[in-house]
Amino acid sequence: MSPLLSLILIPLVTAAFCMAGAAPRRISLFGAGANLLLGLYLLVSYNIGIGGFQFVSENALFPSYGIHFSLGADGLSLVLILLATLVTFAAVWVTPKIEKFAGMFYACLLFISAGAIGAFSSIDLFFFYAFHELALIPTFLLIGIWGSGERQRIAWKVTIYLAFGSFILLLGLIGLWQAAPPELRTLDIRLLQQLGYAGMMQPGPVVYLLLLFGFGILIALFPFHTWAPEAYASAPAPAAMLHAGVLKKFGLYGLLRLAVPIFPAEIQQFAHLVLILLLGNILYVGFVTLAQKRLDLMLGYSSVMHMGHAFLGFVALNQLGLGGMSLMLFAHGLTIAALFALSGEIARRTGTLEFSQLGGLAGVAPKLGLLFGFAAMASIGLPGFSTFASEIMIFFGAFARGTVGSFDWFQTCTALALWGVVISAVYMLRAYRNIFWGAQGSAVKDDTQDMSSGVRWAVIILIAGLLVTGFRPALLLNYLNPVFAYLAP
Amino acid sequence: MNPQLWPWIILFAPLVAAGVILFLLPRNNTAAGWLGVLTAALTCFLSWKVFLNPSLVVTAQIPWIEIPGIFSIPIGVILDDLSRVMLVVVTTIATLVFIYSAGYMRGDEGIPRYYASLCLFLFSMLGIVLADNFVMMFIFWELVGVSSYLLIGHYFRKDSAADAAKQAFTVNRVGDFGFMLGILMLWLATGSIMFAGIEQNLSALTLHPGYLTAACLLVFCGTLGKSAQMPLHVWLPNSMEGPTPVSSLLHAATMVAAGVYMLARIFPVLLAAPEITREVIMWIGAITCFAAGLMATQQDDIKRILAYSTISQLGYMVVGIAVAPAGEIAMFHLFTHAFFKCMLFLCAGSVIIALHHEQDIWKMGGLLGRMPLTALCVVVGTLALAGTPGFSGYYSKDLIVAYAHGANNAVFWITAGAALLTSFYMFRLFFVVFLGRPRSEHAEHAKQSPAVMTIPLLLLAIPSVAAGYPVVAKHFFDLPHPEMPHVVHYALLAALIGGVVLAAALYARGPLKDPVRIPLFANRLYIDNFYGWLVSRVQGGLAVIGSWFDRWIIDGLVVTGAARTVWATGYVLRLLQLGNLQAYAFFFGAGMLALLYFLIFR
Repeated sequence: MSPLLSLILIPLVTAAFCMAGAAPRRISLFGAGANLLLGLYLLVSYNIGIGGFQFVSENALFPSYGIHFSLGADGLSLVLILLATLVTFAAVWVTPKIEKFAGMFYACLLFISAGAIGAFSSIDLFFFYAFHELALIPTFLLIGIWGSGERQRIAWKVTIYLAFGSFILLLGLIGLWQAAPPELRTLDIRLLQQLGYAGMMQPGPVVYLLLLFGFGILIALFPFHTWAPEAYASAPAPAAMLHAGVLKKFGLYGLLRLAVPIFPAEIQQFAHLVLILLLGNILYVGFVTLAQKRLDLMLGYSSVMHMGHAFLGFVALNQLGLGGMSLMLFAHGLTIAALFALSGEIARRTGTLEFSQLGGLAGVAPKLGLLFGFAAMASIGLPGFSTFASEIMIFFGAFARGTVGSFDWFQTCTALALWGVVISAVYMLRAYRNIFWGAQGSAVKDDTQDMSSGVRWAVIILIAGLLVTGFRPALLLNYLNPVFAYLAP
Repeated sequence: MNPQLWPWIILFAPLVAAGVILFLLPRNNTAAGWLGVLTAALTCFLSWKVFLNPSLVVTAQIPWIEIPGIFSIPIGVILDDLSRVMLVVVTTIATLVFIYSAGYMRGDEGIPRYYASLCLFLFSMLGIVLADNFVMMFIFWELVGVSSYLLIGHYFRKDSAADAAKQAFTVNRVGDFGFMLGILMLWLATGSIMFAGIEQNLSALTLHPGYLTAACLLVFCGTLGKSAQMPLHVWLPNSMEGPTPVSSLLHAATMVAAGVYMLARIFPVLLAAPEITREVIMWIGAITCFAAGLMATQQDDIKRILAYSTISQLGYMVVGIAVAPAGEIAMFHLFTHAFFKCMLFLCAGSVIIALHHEQDIWKMGGLLGRMPLTALCVVVGTLALAGTPGFSGYYSKDLIVAYAHGANNAVFWITAGAALLTSFYMFRLFFVVFLGRPRSEHAEHAKQSPAVMTIPLLLLAIPSVAAGYPVVAKHFFDLPHPEMPHVVHYALLAALIGGVVLAAALYARGPLKDPVRIPLFANRLYIDNFYGWLVSRVQGGLAVIGSWFDRWIIDGLVVTGAARTVWATGYVLRLLQLGNLQAYAFFFGAGMLALLYFLIFR
C-alpha cells in the first residue's frame, strides 16, 4: 500500500474504531502518533535531489471521466503533511474528558486530519476538492455539538459561509478544467501545471478570481473573514487547533498549487486588489483584534490577521515570498494550535476567557504562563521561532518587487503590512499582561491548578517544532525551495 | 583551543546557560546563580582574549535562511576595533552585574528565571555586537527587546511592572518597524544585507539621495526605540520597575547603547547620505539630551533620576554620531558612560536594599556616614557624569561638545546647557541622599551592603575615573585630537560649577522636601500623558469603531444578506425533519454530486 494512502487510512480506521466503541482516547493517540511517525518517515525518505512528486500511486477510479485516485507528494505537500500530523497528535492529546459522544468527538478530529492529509497529497483535482469537503463536515459537527456559546447559530453560519466559498471554488476548478484544449483535458494537477507553463491553457481572469475568492473565503480573506473568529471561539479547543492550524491552510495551499503556476499573469494583473484586501486583513482586522475583550475571539481575529501576511508572500510571486508563505503555513499552524490548546486550558482552569476576570495567572500556574509566553512570542514573530523566519522572507520577497528610488505600490503596501508586527505585539502582550501578570483577577484563585501534563507535553511538542525550524529554517526550506525554484526571475 | 571558536563560544555560551537554567535548574537558586556568573565570566575572559589578539579574523558563517543563488541571511561574526571594544565593555560589566545580582536578588522567589533572562540578554547583546549583517543585528535587536521585557517584568505581580514591561516592548517595536523598513530599503538598493556589502555598493545609493535619506532615517528609528531618544524615550524611565541590577546593565550601560553602536557600525552609510540626514539625527540627539536633563531635575525616585540622566547622555552620544567625523567619538562616550552609569545604578541598588526597597530620595538622607563606600562611589560617579576634569566623563563629553561647536552653534549651547543640568541633578541627588539628616526610619538604620555588592562597585570605580585618560583610551580608540576652542572649556567648566553651586544652594542644607516644584518637568513635559491619551482614546477608539463596523456592517449586512438566502434552504431542511448532522452532510454531499454530475454529463 502506498505510504500516502496509509497516512489517510490510519486516521479513518482509527475513527471507525472510535465510533465502534473502542476506548477512543487511547486508540486515537495511538493512531495519531503512528501517523506522525509515518509523516516524519516520509519527509526523511523523500529524495530532495530528485525532487518533484514522489510516493506517487495512481488508481483509475472512473477512467472514462478522467477521475483518478492519485496520490503523490512534493516538498510542499510533505511539509504540510508534517504540520497536519503534528497538530492532529497535539489536538488529540489535549482533548479533555468529553461528556457526550466521546467516540464521535475523536472520530471527528481524525476525520478532519484524514481530509486535510488527503487534500495535501492528492494530485487529482477531484480528490483535492473532495478531501477538503470531507474534512469540513466534522468541523461543523464539532462546533454544533460540542461548541460553546450559540453553537447552533455559529455552526450554521460557518456552514453557509464555507459552503459558499467551496461553491465558488468549485466553479473555479471547473473553469480551470475546461480551459484546457478538449483533447488534453485532465484533472491531474501535474499535467495542469505543465499545460499552464507551456501556455497551452489560458483560463483567464474570471477563473483566477473564482479561485482567489473561493480559496480566499476559506482562508478568511478580508472582507470574508467574519466567520472565523466566532467559529474558533465557539469550537472546542482541539477542533479550533485542527481547523485554524491545518484545514484553513488548504486555501493557501490551493493558491500555491494551482494559481501560482497557471495564473502568473493574472496574479500580477490583480496584485493591487489583493494588496488592498490583505491590508484589510492586517490593518483593519488588526485593529478589530485590539478591541477584543476575550482571549478566544482575540486569537481568532489574530489568526485572520496573519493570513494577510501569507497573502503578501503570494502576490510577491517570487521564490522568496512564496517560500516564506509556505514556511508561514507551517509556522502559523503550529503557533495557532499551541495558542488554542493553551486557551482551552485557561478556560478549563479558571472558567473564563474574559480579560477583565483574569490576571496574575502566572503566579499560580507558572508552567501555563511560561508556555503561553513562548506561544505568544512565536505569534508576534520573535526571532528564534519559524514565524519570524517566514515573515522576514515574505517582507523581503514583497519588497524585492519594488523599485529603488521610488515608493511604489509594493513598497508602500509592504511598509503598511510591516506595521502589522507592531499591532500584533500590542494585542498579544496586552493579552499576556492581562491574563498572566498583574494582580490576580476575580477568576484566578490561589488554588487554581497549573496545566495538566497532557496539554503541557502537547504544547511543548508544538513549540519545539517552532524553535527547531526557527533556528534551522533550512530543515524545511530544503524541501520548499525546489518547489518554487522555477519561479525565480 | 582554536581561536576561531572564541567568538562563537562567547556568543552561544550564554544561550546554552539560559536553556540549562530554564529547563534543568528551574528551582535551584544557587546553581542558577553560579552558572550565570561563571558563564558571564567565561565570555568576559574570552572577550579580553579576542581584544588582545587584534589580528584574529573569523570568516566562518552559519547559514540561517538560504535560497541558493538568490538570497541568504547568514549568522556571522565581525571582529573589528568597534566590536572588540564593545565585547570587552559588555562582558566586563555584565560579569560584575551578574555577581552583584547574587547579593541584590537574595531571597527573591524567581532567581532562576532572573538568571535565565539575564543570560538570554547577554546572548542577544553579544549577537548585536558581533553581527556582520543587518538582519542578524535585527534578530538580536528583537531578542534584547524580549529579554528586557522579561527582566522589567520580573516582579510581574506588580501592575506597574507588568505595564512597564509591555510598554517597553511595544515602544521598541515601533522603532523596529522603521528599522526593518530601512534595512529593506538599503537591501533593495544595494542588493546586500551585509554591512560590508552595503558599504561597497554605496554608489548605488548615492544615486538616489532622497531614498538614501529616508532609508537612513528609518534605520535611525531603531536607535530612537532602543536608545530611548525622543519621542520614543518614554519606556526607559518606566523600565526602572525592573530589579536595579537590570536597570544598571540593560537600561544604562549596554542595551540602550546598542542604538549608538548600530549607528557607529553604519557610519560610512550615514556619511554618504545627504547632509540633512545627520542634521535630523543631531537635532533629535540635542533635544533629547536637553529635555531629558530638564525632566531629571524634578524626579523624586532615585532610579528615575538616573534613567533620565541615561536618556540625556544617550542624546550626547547621538549628537556625537551626527557631528563628529568618526563613530569613535560617540563610542568613546558610550565606553566611559557605561562604567560610571552602571556603577551609579549599582550604588542606587545598594541604597535601595539598605533602605528596604525605598526609592524616594525624600525618604533618604544622611547616608554618607552610614554607607561610606557607597557614598564614595556615588561621588566618583557624579563627578565623572558631570564631566569633572580628571574623571572619565570629562574627556568623552568634551570631545562631543567640541565637535558640536564646530558643527552648529545652537547645538553647542544646548549640549553645554545640558551639562549644567547634569551637574545640577546629580549633585541634587547626592546632597539629598547622602547629606543632611535621615528623613525616614529606614534611612536611620541603613547599613553598608555585603561584599558581593560592594566589590563590583569598587571595581567599577576604577574605570569610572581612569577610562578617559588618554593613556588608557588609546588602547581602545583611535581618537582624533581636534582643536579645542577655549569657549568649549570655559562653557563646560562654568556649567559644572554652576550646577554644583545651584544644587548646593538649594539642597545642601538638607531640606525635608523639594524647595523647587516645576510641574512641567516633574510631569515629564506631559509627553507620557499625551501617549496615554493616544493609546486609550485614538487607538482604542479606532479599535472599537473597527470592531463595531466588523460586527454590524461587514458581518451584519453582508453575511446576513447571504444567510437570509440560504435560510430558506435551512427552513426546508427543517421541514424535512432532518437533524443538523444530516443537513451538514447533505450540504456537502450536494456539492460533490454537483461536481460529479458536471463531470459525467459534461
